[in-house]
Amino acid sequence: MPLWSRIANVLRGDRLSREIDEELQSHIGEAIGHGRDPAEARRAFGSALRHGEESRDIRLAVWLDSLRADAVFGWRQLMKRKTTSAAAILSLALAIGACTAAFRLVDALLLRPLPVAHSERLHAVAFQGLGANGKLQTYDSCSYPMYRAMRAAVRQQAELIAVSYADRCDLTYGSDQEMEKAYRQFVSGGMFGSFGLQPAAGRLLTENDDLRPGAHPVVVLSHDYWTRRFARDPQAVGRKLRMGDRLYEIVGVAGDRFTGTETGTVTDLFVPMMMKNPVTLASAWNFWLRTLVQLQPGVAAEAVQERLRATFRAIQEERAKTFTVSPKQLEVFFKEKLVVEPAPAGRSNLQRDYRRSLAALGIVVALVLLIACANVANLMTAQAAARGREMALRIAIGAGRWRLVQLVLVESAWLALLATAIGACFAWWSAPFIVGMINPPDNPARLALPADWRVLGFALALALGVTLLFGLAPALRVSGVKPASAMKGGEDPHSRRRLIHALVALQIAFCFVVHFAAGLFVATFDRLSNQPTGFSAERILNLEAVAPRPQPPEFWNQVAEHLRAVPGVETVALIGWPLMSGESWVGDISVGGAPESEVYSDFLRVSPGWMEAMRIPITGGRDFRAGDTYPTVAIVNRAFAKQYFHGGNPLGESFEKVDAGGRVRFQIVGLVPDARSRDDMRLPIRPTAYVPFPAIDAQGTLQPIGRGTFVVRTSGRNPLALASILRREVPRARSGFRVDNIRTQQELNRQHTVRERLLAMLSLFFAVVALLLAGIGLYGVLDYSVLQRRREIGIRMAVGAQALDIARRVTADVFSMVLMGAIAGLALGMAAMRYVEVLLFQVKATDVAVLAVPSLTILAAAVLAAVPAVIRAVRIDPAAMLRAD
Amino acid sequence: MAKPDSLQGSLDLLVLKILSRRPRLHGYAIMSAIQERSGDVLRAEEGSLYPALHRMEEAGWIRARWITKDTGRRARIYELTAAGRKQLAAEESRWQAVAAGVNRVLRTV
Repeated sequence: MPLWSRIANVLRGDRLSREIDEELQSHIGEAIGHGRDPAEARRAFGSALRHGEESRDIRLAVWLDSLRADAVFGWRQLMKRKTTSAAAILSLALAIGACTAAFRLVDALLLRPLPVAHSERLHAVAFQGLGANGKLQTYDSCSYPMYRAMRAAVRQQAELIAVSYADRCDLTYGSDQEMEKAYRQFVSGGMFGSFGLQPAAGRLLTENDDLRPGAHPVVVLSHDYWTRRFARDPQAVGRKLRMGDRLYEIVGVAGDRFTGTETGTVTDLFVPMMMKNPVTLASAWNFWLRTLVQLQPGVAAEAVQERLRATFRAIQEERAKTFTVSPKQLEVFFKEKLVVEPAPAGRSNLQRDYRRSLAALGIVVALVLLIACANVANLMTAQAAARGREMALRIAIGAGRWRLVQLVLVESAWLALLATAIGACFAWWSAPFIVGMINPPDNPARLALPADWRVLGFALALALGVTLLFGLAPALRVSGVKPASAMKGGEDPHSRRRLIHALVALQIAFCFVVHFAAGLFVATFDRLSNQPTGFSAERILNLEAVAPRPQPPEFWNQVAEHLRAVPGVETVALIGWPLMSGESWVGDISVGGAPESEVYSDFLRVSPGWMEAMRIPITGGRDFRAGDTYPTVAIVNRAFAKQYFHGGNPLGESFEKVDAGGRVRFQIVGLVPDARSRDDMRLPIRPTAYVPFPAIDAQGTLQPIGRGTFVVRTSGRNPLALASILRREVPRARSGFRVDNIRTQQELNRQHTVRERLLAMLSLFFAVVALLLAGIGLYGVLDYSVLQRRREIGIRMAVGAQALDIARRVTADVFSMVLMGAIAGLALGMAAMRYVEVLLFQVKATDVAVLAVPSLTILAAAVLAAVPAVIRAVRIDPAAMLRAD
Repeated sequence: MAKPDSLQGSLDLLVLKILSRRPRLHGYAIMSAIQERSGDVLRAEEGSLYPALHRMEEAGWIRARWITKDTGRRARIYELTAAGRKQLAAEESRWQAVAAGVNRVLRTV
């Protein structure tokens, strides 16, 4: 209580002083009233001022009071120079905000533990092996039998949890016309139990929901989905929904914060493993799930890893018996190594894809923050110098050194706190904005981005760190003022300038690194998005359609025919799935009865007219005709001809597609140039064989088709304008057909460069900010040095120095610093780029253009920043200057 | 410079005691009371009295408020709180113990 009242008294310090004073006056009045000599009564008190101070110090917390006084004084100092303060605060705010936003993203995606019991014991199984390109690759997919074997092997030490990749599936609570999308994750029954999760309604899945294939049609909703889809209606539990051809019952809702184990995707439905299609479930070759390891208390991850490695080896040996490959391939196969890695934050592809990008961005924004800090530090140093006399006076009348350090630091803290407050607002807005840009609009990445104590703590730590970073050096310098020399105005000015110059060099170095990185990312994005695709994506709309009951090929053709009649449609063709959608179908190729080639070929099912619709010219042979079927004929691309026919003319030749079912023979009827179907933009286009859309079985009967994509080229510029009409027209053309998804080809193409675009955009933005900050900083420093040296310049001009000479003298020091900074930045950039090499494409850190652009930009900015100071120096009137002193 | 304190650290005790007998006194009255009651032997200096009053106020032993006197002058008067009463009892018994001890030494040596 007393401490509290003392702290409270700080806030009403003025009133307190008045009261103490009044009480003393009242005492003196009383004494005089009782007949004491007025002078004697006053003398009895000694120094009224001292008594007042003593009483004051008793009644309030001194340290807090001095802090308050400094805060008030600091605030007045800031208000005195509104423009400079605002510029400093805004530049810091932008940098702090960017850092906080980057932290929020990194934290949400990579650091924040899942809201499960003992997330520190949660691990994930991954496999390391040599990829096709000879580099170390890690993958983490398992088949269900693998999971079963591994679970049995470590039953005593750990609980193994199987979770499928979250996939976007169709489901309906009513008729087929009311299909909707939801993210579904198949999970092993024990997951909720070993995560210690509680239901928000109903019950969660247990081991008993995961016993026999196909026997447990139940789902658990995530709290997020329950809120979005059902507004938290408790009646949702017990409702039925249909996925595929099965009815499922909703048995419960998972607790508030758990959104699945796949960070970056919010799972809507949890389905028991046993409800996965039985063929997949039994297949040792279908890798479709992740294995998570929840260690028992006191068990080391290494012990579990040892046991699992033995199990994995046995599985590998079993598997090796079933296929025939070269001894070299077998050796690579057996080199694969199982690892158990900590995964407290869950496991997702988003984490894998963005880990490095986010780290690179984090470093870029940290550098921008340092540049901003250097600016403010220079500002504070210059101001501290201007206030040298004031500080000397303070010391002379007895202020302690620590008290002065506090005075300057409190002023810095004001800057930092205001900047952090504004920066927090910026981070509040920008972090979700960036998450929104990660994935294409129809399939957004979703990250829980809570603004909780972690973020708050980070922001406050940042504010504190920043305060010390730019405030401590000027503060210590101020406290080191020697009153005698400062009063004389004769302190060594060089020491101050050395600090400022070093900061300039640092700024330029960081600025260079940021520009260098931005240049590399922009070049990468530019090259990737200009990679030739071999087809024209303009005005192409992909209508991904499904027929819940597979329909014969002629019905598909009838729908296509119907769509051709829609006004605004130029052509319509059919393909199995849209180009660049990520789906693929590969096959082993054998030519002339030889063993199959080690290089796979992609296969695509297309209708007649598809080549023309995609503007892929047929350079030899012919397009498919109405009667062509799979198998018998194929059109191949140039890469195919090169791979299997050594670049010769493949027309009229034949090849065999080899798979588990045997060999299927195709005759090549056409040759087309290379066009991208699914590949990562960074890889060359693969050999591709186009085959007819309709397929016949061994007896020669046409197979009904369950899904396909209508490729529509519209005559209007914006293909999406027709989307809703076409979506309606498909079921109208023939009942039994339904449009599942509509995407423009351009959007599909773009999604392969989303990450690169994000990196390029953000790094470019921060490069501009860094340049701006460094430019302003340089301008400030030069301006300050001219101000300081105006007497010297005046004298020089008076004795006949030329303007050019003055300009050289004013800028020489600073420009040598700029040069040093640039060289340091170059070295730093070259060293750092090794870590982002995987993010780059067709561009090297040693490319001349990549080095020249930032160098020239920064040099130009430096020259521009120097102009006002030089003009000011040259315009100094020697007569006026010398008279002034 | 203040004169050496003639109260030997017993100022708190005296103030508390006087306020317990006669509540609502202002600073000058407390000073006069100490002088009067001690038969002019003890004298509280202004320089010690007011800091002591403020310290005890912050400690919550005494409570102050402003009143306007008949003369029109404002005065700050003090009275004991419950905590102050407890403190007085403690200080009093401590003083008694110290005084008894000192007396015993004076008698026996």
